[in-house]
Amino acid sequence: MDKFTRITATACPLNVTNINTDQLLPARYLKWPRAAGLGKVLLQDLRFDSAGRAEPDFPLNRPQWRDAKIVVAGRNFGCGSSREAAVYALYDYGIRCVIAPSFGDIFAGNAVQNGLLTAAVPDDVAAELMAQLTTTPGTPVTVDLEQQTISCGNHSYGFAIDPVRRMRLLNGWDDIALTESFSDRISAFKAADRIHRAWALPSE
Amino acid sequence: MTEAQTLIDKLWAAHEIVRREDGDSLLWVDRHYVHEGSFHAFSRLAERGAPVAEPGLTFGVADHYVPTRAPRDKIGNPDIARMVRQMDENAAKHRIKLFGLNDRRQGIVHVVGPEQGLTLPGLLIVCGDSHTSTHGALGAFAFGIGASEVAHVLMTQTIWQRRPKRMRITVNGEAAPGIGAKDIVLAIIAKIGADGATSHAIEFAGSAIRALSIEGRLTLCNMSIEAGARCGMVAPDHVTFEYVKGRPFAPKGAAFDQGVEAWSKLKTDDGAEFDREVALDAAAIAPVVTWGTSPQHALPIDASVPDPAGETNPARANELREAIDYMGLRPGQKLTAIAINRAFIGSCTNARIEDLRAAAAVLVGRTSKVPGLVSPGSSLVKRQAEEEGLDRVFRDAGLEWGESGCSMCVGINGDIVAPGERCASTTNRNFRGRQGPGARTHLMSPAMVAAAAVAGRLSDVRPLLAGRKI
Repeated sequence: MDKFTRITATACPLNVTNINTDQLLPARYLKWPRAAGLGKVLLQDLRFDSAGRAEPDFPLNRPQWRDAKIVVAGRNFGCGSSREAAVYALYDYGIRCVIAPSFGDIFAGNAVQNGLLTAAVPDDVAAELMAQLTTTPGTPVTVDLEQQTISCGNHSYGFAIDPVRRMRLLNGWDDIALTESFSDRISAFKAADRIHRAWALPSE
Repeated sequence: MTEAQTLIDKLWAAHEIVRREDGDSLLWVDRHYVHEGSFHAFSRLAERGAPVAEPGLTFGVADHYVPTRAPRDKIGNPDIARMVRQMDENAAKHRIKLFGLNDRRQGIVHVVGPEQGLTLPGLLIVCGDSHTSTHGALGAFAFGIGASEVAHVLMTQTIWQRRPKRMRITVNGEAAPGIGAKDIVLAIIAKIGADGATSHAIEFAGSAIRALSIEGRLTLCNMSIEAGARCGMVAPDHVTFEYVKGRPFAPKGAAFDQGVEAWSKLKTDDGAEFDREVALDAAAIAPVVTWGTSPQHALPIDASVPDPAGETNPARANELREAIDYMGLRPGQKLTAIAINRAFIGSCTNARIEDLRAAAAVLVGRTSKVPGLVSPGSSLVKRQAEEEGLDRVFRDAGLEWGESGCSMCVGINGDIVAPGERCASTTNRNFRGRQGPGARTHLMSPAMVAAAAVAGRLSDVRPLLAGRKI
């Protein structure tokens, strides 16, 4: 997994609440392997009409935001389905950080597994950032994970992220290696548990 | 004396292997359910050349991609056929028990798990599907995970988690006839919002919850995720034990007795504290339908489409406007004036035998004004429904009697609602395009879908139940 420390990039405002993972990656693309290029179908049904023409007013289609690496959105971003491919679609499009007041739990977990930062800010900060990006679209935004700050123009804001997830992103850690270091504890748990909760095993 | 604990605390403690200083815990996984969509995780395993750590605790089900209306032996779309075949191959390679397309026990994973006695009280259950929260109905700690976590569980039978906050939702009182678990849970989501329970585990409690059958509790816990919760659960009781007893994979004899002894302790102690408490009065709940594009857009059937002009919060007004626009509605329009094009009865939310009986009770002797599909929750539910003659009721009403799978809830098997069409649906998500690009979904109970089908528009089921056995 790629590490995340700090980026400065174009940020695209998506002033929509409850952008769910069905929107981020519609179900009909779930059978695609990642190598097929999920970035090009990110938010397909919002970015394109039914004939495949780009919706000119959709923020990510506007020239000033097309190359965004940061998205600022409304609350409950990534709610719904557990599809990790929604994160692949964002990441493969080029998005490295989503700033929103809240995130779907499963989405936020999937994001950290793939080096995508979910930065939680209060509602008014998200609204202020979106307003500023809309009036002065060229303003680059810097997201610093070590400092846990977002800078945009003359403004600087803090953001929240679970400290464990922060460390994982900063270090690009892989869960499996960490878990394997506890293999003795796992074996001991399993042995004791099989006696203590014999009923928990499937009987057939 | 030990501190008073909630059900959530007890389940957590029983599975905690390691707690790191930073607060994350490594938990033991008792059951891992996989489906065709888990292919990303199996690819991860293949890249590492890793085996499945506990194939005996891993169970595969073909549900997301299987056909539910076409003949099943020949899948027309080669990409969909490949998804189903890939699951077969991965299950065979890793010696995972599979309830595949042609297994008589095949069905939707969240219906099959409880039905087969794989889901038990006190277990920790994960699956790469957000509606894994369903299994909490039996007093299990069950939650959906992403592909990376699926791969981790396959390789280690464990998962890293941060302890969730605890929320108790108490529903006391008696629900009126015709009001079911779907109405209760939609009323809850309308009250707390689609992110009202984010980062929380929910315990559902109160007399109205206790009065629900296991089928009803499964519907309730299924929709916990639509309020943003990590998981939902109901403390196991004699209803649970009766349900579990004798199921194929459930413990037998002395092991069952030991199970009941352990499960009887799985309840919140008096005086245990929750991070948040919410209360509802069951008697005040009317049949609920959704009008918009989020499950929180839910209202009693006698209400009207909200007016964004009356909304002071600009973000909320914007959300309402966009939802009304997508759904093709007018502010202030009576919900009962909304005409539908299609009906769907199915999904892990509402396709169990009790759900099919509730819909059939409304439809018997009546005709649907719109086309519709009934997809039973499992192939065993399908058989039971046929033994009870329910398939005849649906067919006589003009609805299609299909096979079991996720079907038109998520539309990835090709069963979709056409662009611009409006569907009365027993499913769990009314998101834009969830049932197909441009599709408009109204969520409601099976009885309410039946009522909408009969009327050709959203409709109150209660008058249709007069004089009928429900």
